[in-house]
Amino acid sequence: MAQTGRPLSPHIGIYRWQVQMATSILHRATGIALSIGTLLVLWGLMAMASGAGAWIHFEAFITSIVGLILMIGWTWALMFHLCNGIRHLLQDTGMGYEIPQFVRSGWLAVIVSLALTLAIWAWLAMGGVA
Amino acid sequence: MSRFRNPARRAIGLGSAKSGAQHWWMQRMTAVALIALCIWFVVMLLSMLHADYASAHAVLARPWNAALMIAFTSAMFWHAQLGLAVVIEDYVHTRWLEFSLIVLVKLFAVLFAIACALAVLRIALAG
Ligand code: HEM
Repeated sequence: MAQTGRPLSPHIGIYRWQVQMATSILHRATGIALSIGTLLVLWGLMAMASGAGAWIHFEAFITSIVGLILMIGWTWALMFHLCNGIRHLLQDTGMGYEIPQFVRSGWLAVIVSLALTLAIWAWLAMGGVA
Repeated sequence: MSRFRNPARRAIGLGSAKSGAQHWWMQRMTAVALIALCIWFVVMLLSMLHADYASAHAVLARPWNAALMIAFTSAMFWHAQLGLAVVIEDYVHTRWLEFSLIVLVKLFAVLFAIACALAVLRIALAG
């Protein structure tokens, strides 16, 4: 980068934390995590197509401790990317660009995605009674 | 996607001459499709909570479920491949490596999308 002597923006060292940057980074991070998660969808479908023998290995993996932790992680990743993705699409139409609206919708994506993740796993933990 | 370009770009004949508008548009189109498809996918998985292999297989074999699953996996790999290309462009600055990674991601996305579609067909068409 050219050494102009001008201040850099954002100046990482003294940049104040804001929800807007968190949602931006998280959208990318969850997008990458979900891209890895596509392999699990592939494995599940291949196992189901192959037969009950192959399915047992898949089922054993997703119900193991490691598998459950990954599944909870992917649930939140999908819920956040979905909520924040809808936010992205609405902003693409020109909506919500006032700073207070931008901050509010950012928090909304974080909170709603956490609530949905909690609701899904609470429902699963109760054995799916509804 | 010429309708998303600034008319001045066409009039003066300037511009990057690349395909950014097309990429941006397909990322949005697949995102819109994925909103509905992801909700369907999650609800279907939750409904399979107590299912054994045979009943899970039977649920997916239903015509609409099989069609939606192929739509879901196709949109998912398409969207993921477009998104990963942007991530690679942002962080990989060695030209040959950047290009190779993007091509590799695209090829694997197509292969995996075909594999998913064939798996669903096999499930749907099984006796
Ligand atoms: C099904 C699994 C999904 C995968 C694997 C996935 C993956 C990705 C990836 C890798 C990116 C690039 C991130 C970046 O450039 O920072 C991305 C971007 C995006 N995703 Fe997804 N995504 C999925 C579902 C969704 C859903 C359901 C929506 C719903 C609205 C969505 C909306 C978006 C949007 C709008 C972008 C563009 C963001 C930007 O331009 O900065 N995605 N996705």
